[in-house]
Amino acid sequence: MSNVVTSPLESDAHNASSARAGFSAAWMLARREWTRFFRQRNRVTAAILQPLLFWLLFGTGLQGAFSSAGGQNFMEFFLPGTVALIILFTAIFATISVIEDRREGFMQSVLVSPVGRWPVLFGKVIGGAAIAWVQAIAFLLLIYIFRAASIDWSFLPLILLLAIVGIGMCSLGMIVAWPMESTQGFHAIMMLFLMPMWLLSGSFFPIPAWSDSTVGQMILGGIMRVNPLSFSMVEIRRLIYPAVDFSKDAGFNPSSATCWVVTIIATIAVTALAWLLVRGSRRVDVIV
Amino acid sequence: MSDPIILNLGESPAVSKTNLAKVCVASGLRHAYISSKRKSDESVVWALDGVDLTTRQGEVFALLGPNGSGKTTLFRLLCTLLPIQYGTIRIAGFDSGTNPLAVRRQIGIVFQSPSLDNKLTVDENIACQGALYGITGSELQRRRDDLLSKLNLTDRRHDFCGTLSGGLKRRVELVKGMLHQPKLLLLDEPSTGLDPGARLDLWKAIRTMSQQGTSVLMTTHLLEEADKADRVAIMHRGKKISEGTPLELRSELGDGVITIDTSDVDASMRLLREELKLDPKQVGNQIRLQHDSPFPLLQKITDLLGDLIQSITIGRPSLEDVFIAKTGDVFQ
Repeated sequence: MSNVVTSPLESDAHNASSARAGFSAAWMLARREWTRFFRQRNRVTAAILQPLLFWLLFGTGLQGAFSSAGGQNFMEFFLPGTVALIILFTAIFATISVIEDRREGFMQSVLVSPVGRWPVLFGKVIGGAAIAWVQAIAFLLLIYIFRAASIDWSFLPLILLLAIVGIGMCSLGMIVAWPMESTQGFHAIMMLFLMPMWLLSGSFFPIPAWSDSTVGQMILGGIMRVNPLSFSMVEIRRLIYPAVDFSKDAGFNPSSATCWVVTIIATIAVTALAWLLVRGSRRVDVIV
Repeated sequence: MSDPIILNLGESPAVSKTNLAKVCVASGLRHAYISSKRKSDESVVWALDGVDLTTRQGEVFALLGPNGSGKTTLFRLLCTLLPIQYGTIRIAGFDSGTNPLAVRRQIGIVFQSPSLDNKLTVDENIACQGALYGITGSELQRRRDDLLSKLNLTDRRHDFCGTLSGGLKRRVELVKGMLHQPKLLLLDEPSTGLDPGARLDLWKAIRTMSQQGTSVLMTTHLLEEADKADRVAIMHRGKKISEGTPLELRSELGDGVITIDTSDVDASMRLLREELKLDPKQVGNQIRLQHDSPFPLLQKITDLLGDLIQSITIGRPSLEDVFIAKTGDVFQ
């Protein structure tokens, strides 16, 4: 009943104070995500080391068997994909905690508080996205220090784009996690849906061009082209390597403006969907 | 036949609390766990079937009932976790049906299962709770210090909640529930999982709260816990079957209960009915009898049943006897 219309008797001052309480609650929940994250050292290491390991292993292993637009080797090609993977993993681990919160009981005291539901979503998404964002930046700084890529003015729009992608991923995680009763269910969806979404975004292998494609490649290429993350990946790649010209030989090359618009719309859409879900379902209230 | 035994029941002082302000008024509550489509179906099983309830300022009120009696449903309705299907709940003047968010400001809740974040310290958990109710800064500090010292938790405030014992956790939950100074404190089976020492501490804490004017409502399936409350409502199959102070409820049954262990329950029951015109009740393998003057009766029964008796005891009526008398069921 969190979406009940407030009675006209309530003054504006009361509404203002409840909005303030909502923001302070959301801010506290976001800070809590942050505190919890750094108190679980294995999470910190896993979220950074796993993608780094992926990058080094796949990068070196597949280096010889690869050629892409812009003449990059696989290690260079896979770097933006690794950044996206860091964000995806962190967002997943941040939102999976909703299930634990409910099971461990913390969520019940939030759900019966007078602030309603939106601070729950806001706190999880902003808190999780902030963690993902800082991790991605930390990884990028590591890359710049080891000269695997060079830092440029494009770093600023890059981190803005990563923040938007982070928010979108966390909202997506909330959509998956909110109706779930067990973390096992989340893992199933993760392997079935979230990992393929990442794989089919041009992060791990380039999106094939329409021309010279077999039927299988065309189906795959079609799926990859409707994946909003593919657009984000194109722009992330451009911003990490501003000096490389990707327009030649690229199978999929939308304009920067398109990439930004698609990323922003997709983030707004998944966040709105997550809000509908978090606001609507009463069933989850009584799982105690 | 009135030959009253003078009983010292160790009750809390029998101050009449009926003139104190009403905090929670529930009337005509009915609830069924079914999809909305089947509401018209006549075979609906009502988890709660027409319950009225009033709690007052400064009073500890216990909802006593076995599992499945509807007390948890009632608790969830009171804490606005379930939508009200039929009936009304008003808490501190606010209607739960139309204004649940305002009601939530008036209630503090301690759930049966813990609601603490084990990765955070006691202080941090309380700060989280404060933020949910718009209590921050110096106000938070003041209230937190006050409650922690009242519940003897000050020296544990920097400990992670994951390291606390069950009793300490329950006390931290109480601090969380009381932080926004609610008019009504709702406790769901507060003693579950606590050792006797921790239960005593918890009751001290609950009494501290009620003495400050908070109305405390708890659900319990423990008879000895309900005995400590100021008022008890006994629940059975979704209905409230009796309500009053523990003393009132027990005195309704007269002064004594005779419990007989017998080798042949049916024969003994028949004899008691036919020869002594009594109204015995079978409870498991025992026979129970309520009577105002049990001692003279004892002789008659032993003469009548003779060898059928394995053991016979006289006791004061307990809340369990009240439950059995009203429902004919065993309290379990």
